Amino acid sequence: MRKNKMLVAFACCVFAFLFLPLFIIAVTAFGGESAITFPIQSFSLKWFANIFTSGSFISSFKTSFQIALFATLLALLVGIPAAYALARYTIKGKNMIQSFFLSPTIIPGIVLGFALYRFIVLVMRMPVFYGLLLGHFLAVLPYIIRVVGSSLSQFDFSIEEAAWSLGCGKVSAFFKVVIPNITSGIMAAFMLAFINSFNNIPVSMFLTGPGVSTFPTNLMNYIEYNYDPTVSAVSVLLMAGTIIIMFVVEKTLGIASLAK
Amino acid sequence: MKKQLPYLLLMPGSILLIVFLILPLIKVLFPTIYEGTFTVKNYREFFQDAYFMKILIRTLKIAVLCTVISMFLGVPTAYFISRCNKKKRGLLLALTIFPLLTNSVIRSFAWINILGRNGIVNTLLMNAGIIEKPLTLLYTEFSILVGSIYLFLPLMIITVAGTMENIENDLMEAAESLGASRLSAFIKIVLPMSIPGIIVGNILVFTGTLTAYTTPQLLGGNSNLVLATFIYQRAMSLGDWTGAGVVAAVMIAATMVVLRIFNALAAKIDERGEKYA
Repeated sequence: MRKNKMLVAFACCVFAFLFLPLFIIAVTAFGGESAITFPIQSFSLKWFANIFTSGSFISSFKTSFQIALFATLLALLVGIPAAYALARYTIKGKNMIQSFFLSPTIIPGIVLGFALYRFIVLVMRMPVFYGLLLGHFLAVLPYIIRVVGSSLSQFDFSIEEAAWSLGCGKVSAFFKVVIPNITSGIMAAFMLAFINSFNNIPVSMFLTGPGVSTFPTNLMNYIEYNYDPTVSAVSVLLMAGTIIIMFVVEKTLGIASLAK
Repeated sequence: MKKQLPYLLLMPGSILLIVFLILPLIKVLFPTIYEGTFTVKNYREFFQDAYFMKILIRTLKIAVLCTVISMFLGVPTAYFISRCNKKKRGLLLALTIFPLLTNSVIRSFAWINILGRNGIVNTLLMNAGIIEKPLTLLYTEFSILVGSIYLFLPLMIITVAGTMENIENDLMEAAESLGASRLSAFIKIVLPMSIPGIIVGNILVFTGTLTAYTTPQLLGGNSNLVLATFIYQRAMSLGDWTGAGVVAAVMIAATMVVLRIFNALAAKIDERGEKYA
């Protein structure tokens, strides 16, 4: 098919719009000046060193990693059985239950954080870490329900019934027959949920207290008080991480699985 | 036992949702309508407050503009991607997903560097002798809008491209060989068939912009609050929990109304499509 020149030019402009800003940040990370300048006047790696010497980036990275991991695992733990029940059985009010499980998507992140802060931290007096964990759990649960659910909707449940009739117990049939068939769905859901939790800010805003701050909220605070290329250096490292993750996903699940 | 099994499987998730989503929401929303007796006083006060209305209108204005512009930029780009060969399409999709996986703090930070007082735009314009004093681009509604488009455009592209990929190439070629120009084939064939994807894209971008916190916080500053930054300021700086609750209710209601409108639109288009089919 012949390509329209106008359309090619248009798409090129859109991709330039998407990538030039990221390219500029990446370049400024290597500047030797104490304020961000573009183009850079001298070359230096000191901003990368700065990330590792100021402890807050490292400790908040660990916090975010833990929160993202635990929140995602918890969401998988309660989300997979729920998605299975919704896909497998005809139950009363199925649509309503489904929308109930997807309901965190219609609650804005900042409202979710606000409500949890009022309830968990001020009323139940639980430590903020648990508030963060629960907030992120709620925020990622819909991803699990949707992605695992769509994976299950393509699964032929007669295979499971065959296993039952051949004497396999219900629980062991679930783990030996159902789970292996939806592994790629579970993996995609895990990646999506993990990345979204790691990057989430609105939910965390109210729930980061003394001693507990997530990586993005810490980064945001840093930007509000400093204007040096440390943040550019952090961006370069995060983008490198993203590229690695995308590469691994492409080799295993196919990149389109993250576009859900 | 057999009948109870599905409910048993749904139980843990339901309990967590009720205890940590529904109860906390009731806890913050109920006081906004109940002070000894049921009252709409808090809401009346808010909607009569010029300051609040300004923030509400600003938020809606940015969300509408961001959605419309993302649609105009995103739909042709998605069309371009969907017509590429498989290998190139995969690469372009990966390039579109990449910004989506990059933290929104970083994506906003990029625009601080570009639009700031000593940022790239001002430096270029001053070096070229077009302006003498730096323009105020950052911490304006304009910078929030640019940052929001930057944030949500990839989402529009991905969503629309997903629908357009399913349209058969043959259909397009048939239209062209029957004498339709490429533009009219696009408008008469591809566009109508992509409407479901475009609607989903609009929903995601609109509700996303309506509730975004990071971009308005970093690019808008304190003089350009939107609902999400306003709720945080109300609660944390002013300790006005009821006020923050009212804003929370307005945000949830706005999201629901937007979803209703778009879903009704989708249903209407479906119905019309069936009639003409």
